Amino acid sequence: MKEKFSVITSTCVPLPMENVDTDQIIPARFLKATSREGFGENLFRDWRYDKDGNLIKDFVLNDPTYSGCVLVAGKNFGSGSSREHAAWAIADYGFRVVVSSFFADIHKNNELNNFVLPVVVSEEFLAQLFASIEADPKTEVKVDLPEQTITNLATGATESFEINPYKKHCLMNALDDIEFLLSKKDDIEAWENK
Amino acid sequence: MANTLFDKIWDAHVVNSIEGGPTQLYIDRHYCHEVTSPQAFDGLRNRGLKVFRPEKTICSPDHNIPTMNQDKPIADPVSRNQVETLTRNATDFGLTLYGLGHKKNGIIHVIGPENGLTLPGYTIVCGDSHTSTHGAFGAVAFGIGTSEVEMVLASQCILQPKPKTMRINVNGKLREGVTAKDIALYIIAQMTTGGATGYFVEYAGEAIRNLSMEERMTVCNLSIEMGARGGMIAPDETTFEYCKGREFAPKGEEWEKAVAYWSTLKSDDDAVFDKEIDFDAADIEPRITFGTNPGMGIGISEAIPAPDPNDEAGKISYDKSLEYMGFEVGQKLEGYPIDYVFLGSCTNGRIEDFRAFASFVKGKKKADNITAWLVPGSWMVTDQIKAEGLDKILEEAGFELRQPGCSACLAMNEDKVPAGKIAVSTSNRNFEGRQGPGSRTILAGPLVAAATAVTGVLTDPRKF
Repeated sequence: MKEKFSVITSTCVPLPMENVDTDQIIPARFLKATSREGFGENLFRDWRYDKDGNLIKDFVLNDPTYSGCVLVAGKNFGSGSSREHAAWAIADYGFRVVVSSFFADIHKNNELNNFVLPVVVSEEFLAQLFASIEADPKTEVKVDLPEQTITNLATGATESFEINPYKKHCLMNALDDIEFLLSKKDDIEAWENK
Repeated sequence: MANTLFDKIWDAHVVNSIEGGPTQLYIDRHYCHEVTSPQAFDGLRNRGLKVFRPEKTICSPDHNIPTMNQDKPIADPVSRNQVETLTRNATDFGLTLYGLGHKKNGIIHVIGPENGLTLPGYTIVCGDSHTSTHGAFGAVAFGIGTSEVEMVLASQCILQPKPKTMRINVNGKLREGVTAKDIALYIIAQMTTGGATGYFVEYAGEAIRNLSMEERMTVCNLSIEMGARGGMIAPDETTFEYCKGREFAPKGEEWEKAVAYWSTLKSDDDAVFDKEIDFDAADIEPRITFGTNPGMGIGISEAIPAPDPNDEAGKISYDKSLEYMGFEVGQKLEGYPIDYVFLGSCTNGRIEDFRAFASFVKGKKKADNITAWLVPGSWMVTDQIKAEGLDKILEEAGFELRQPGCSACLAMNEDKVPAGKIAVSTSNRNFEGRQGPGSRTILAGPLVAAATAVTGVLTDPRKF
C-alpha cells in the first residue's frame, strides 16, 4: 500500500451513484478483522453479491467491460462512518485513485493516509468523464500528481486539482504522518509544559 | 480580533502549523473502541513504540458486544477476538479499560460525558464519526480513521487541515412533542447529507440554549450526518451543572478555576463565521426519514417529496433509495406497518431518552407485531433507569430492557433486523443494510419510537 505516487494512466471503473457511504463501501459485519489485509474481497459487498452469495452480474465491479485502478464516483463519496476499513478495501482491491466532485472529510483523510489519491474535479468534468466511459469503456484518464492535473484522454479535457503540499510530499515519497509526528516530540513536550 | 468558539479552542491546541499543510493539533482526550483500534496498536508494535500519554486514552468495547448474557463468553468468535484484542492492547500499553462487565462499560460516547472525562475546552478524538457528540460540552470533538488513532497513541497529536466555521441558529421555542432528535433530523434534511462537509458547526439560538445536556449531545452527535467535521455548543450553566461532581471533573479550587475559564468559551459577539444559517424552531415537527441517508427526511405528517428535476445524477441515487425502501414519491408514511423498534445508540441511548419513552408507554401495551429492542447506552444509564423505576413501567407495558452497547445501530452483534423488515430506530443512520443485510430503517426520535411501539404502525406521538 505504501507505494510512491507520481503519474498514473488507467482505464476507469464508473460508479455514478451519489452519497456512496462507507457502510456500502464495506458493511459493518466485515469490520471485525484485526489486521489491515483482505478487505478488498468485501469492497461494495452487498452491491457485488446477493444475499445467497451469488455475483450480481450488472454491478460494475462484476462487469468485465470495466477495469483499471481509477474509481470514478458521484458526489459526496465516502460519507458516514469514519471506518478506515473503507479506504483499506479500496486500496486492497487495487484502486490507486478515486475521482469525484466531492468527498466526505474523514474518508478523504483515510484515503490519503493509505496512499490512495482522492481527486476532486468539477461537476462538469465528472459528468463528461462518466459520458466518455459510457461511450467507450476503455477511456483512460491521466492523473499527474506532481503537476496536480487530471486529463480525460478521450476528450483531452484537463483540470487541475488541489492537494496540500505536505500530503503531496508524503504521497510522492511514501512517507506517513507518524514519522513526521515522531520527529516533533520536543515541540509536543514544550506545548505540554507551556 | 473577534474569534469563534471553535477558533479559540483549536488555536489553543496548535503545536505546529505546517506551511501550506495541516495543523499539528494536541489532543486532550482520546476514546478508543474495539473496531477501529487493533490495527493502530499493531502499528505501534511494528514501530516499537509505546503510547506517548497513556493517561489520556480511555478504552471501552461497545460495537460488537451482545446485549444479553454479557456475563457469558461472546458467542461469535470473531467479535470475541476483537473485544479480547482491545483488552490485550489496553493491558499491554497501560491504558484505562472499561471492559465488558465493568460498571463503567457502555457506548464510548455515553460513558465519556457521564464520568466527567469529556469537559469544555477539550480537544477530543475517537476512531468513530459520532465523536461529535462531545461537542455538546463546548469541546472540539471529531471522528478520525485508524491511521490517525495510531498518530494520537504515538504522539498525543494529530495532523488535520483546519475546517471552515459555520453557525446554525435555531431561533424561538420548540413546539410540544418535538425532541432534540427532531431538531437534528430537520437541520440535516435542510442541509442535505453532504451540506456541511468541510465545516465545523456551532449550534446556537434560543431553542439550542434551552436544551438539556442529553439533548445537546443528541444534536451534536448527528452533525456528521450532514458531513460536518464536528458540532459544538458553547458551555453555560447547564453544562457546568452537568459536569459538577462527576468522577473525573475537577474538584474544589480546580473546579472554580475551570468554570472561570470555561465561561470565556463562547464566540465573540462580532465573530464572523464562514457560513451562518438560521432556522425557526416553530417550523419543526416530529421527524422521520424515508430514504437511505439521514438527509432524506420529512415531517411525520408530510408526503415523500419528488427528487429535484434539475439534478439528473441525484435522481439515480434517489430512485435507488426509494426502491430499496419500497416507498414511492407522494406516499405518506404515517400508519405504515412497522416490524421493529430500536431505542438506543450514542444518539438516543441516554437517560432522558428512556424517560421520554417510558413516560409515553406508561399504562399502554406494546403492539404484538413489534419486536422492541431497548438498549441503554451504558450501565450508568441502566442503573438510573432502575433507580427511577422506569424498568417497572417498561416491563408492565411489555418491554424488556437489554444490556448496554451499540447494538442494532450498526448490527455488529446479534441484534440484526432481518432482510426486508422495517425498523423505526432512534439511531443515526438509515443506510442500506445498516441494521442488518436487507434491513430497512426509518430514523426518528424516542417519542415517535414509543408511539410506534404501542400502535404497531408509524405514529405521530402528538395524536395521543
